[in-house]
Amino acid sequence: MNQVLTWPDVFMLLVGVVGGASALLVVLSRNVVHAALYLVVALLSVAGTFLMLGAEFLAWTQVLVYVGAVIVLILFGLMLTRAPIGPMAQHNENGPLALIVSVLLFGFLCVVIFGAFGGERIDVTYVGAGAIGEVLYVHWAFPFMALGFMLTVALIGAIVLARREEGEGPAPTDAETTVLPDQDFSGDVTTTPGRAIEEGAQQ
Amino acid sequence: MIQATYPLIFAALLFCVGVYGVLSRRNAVLVLMSVEMMLASVTINLVTFGEIARTADALLTGQVFALFVIAVGAAEVGVGLAIILLLYRNRASVNIDEADLMKY
Repeated sequence: MNQVLTWPDVFMLLVGVVGGASALLVVLSRNVVHAALYLVVALLSVAGTFLMLGAEFLAWTQVLVYVGAVIVLILFGLMLTRAPIGPMAQHNENGPLALIVSVLLFGFLCVVIFGAFGGERIDVTYVGAGAIGEVLYVHWAFPFMALGFMLTVALIGAIVLARREEGEGPAPTDAETTVLPDQDFSGDVTTTPGRAIEEGAQQ
Repeated sequence: MIQATYPLIFAALLFCVGVYGVLSRRNAVLVLMSVEMMLASVTINLVTFGEIARTADALLTGQVFALFVIAVGAAEVGVGLAIILLLYRNRASVNIDEADLMKY
């Protein structure tokens, strides 16, 4: 019984192989846009793993948040920083050392995992959205609200950080917005009637 | 029934690939993508250990924690990309080897 490869095992192996290969391609790809698109496959395979473990709500949340929002944000980041679209050298001189560190870490984790859970089988229990919602809104209500507050603060922080500040770089709209209030006090001498009507319409 | 080692090994692989990416990539956006992979591997581990523990509390707590990790990851990507945009505006480059203004 312990050695039999059941259908869930086969699916899980398939998801793991596809996800692992695309994760390696994310790191090794010389084209930044291809790396972002391989990240989509890797995160979708994480969602597939959640489905195989019976966590349905988590799987669709993963698809919505990561594949839907985070990847779009990362692609916009690549576009706004004018990342080179074509293939080019993306690795620094730490490559061999990083490879040694990650391979050693993976070997260590494999030994620990097979030593602790080798041959053990998970009796998958399905958890629907209802059960998650009940726990989340009753037992975890305060951390959930704190999480919402943290998301708000992160949103405001992102806007404050990314906004163009005064005197930093060219800002063509600044001239128009700062001149308009002055003209209200300068009277009819300097402003033509047409301009005044335009300003009235704008205000 | 599913082998307990498969999701755990998959999570370990994702984490180690993410470590390699963080240590060796030049472009800051690619480093952020590797960090996202490491966070995803942590969520897989939380859900898997919740299933292995075989109690209803551990099961639901693991999934709620995984949900929190997903939310924190989304916030981290937003703030991280804002910082990268600021870096690009000030230095005209997103090479993190050159961003050593606060290093020494």
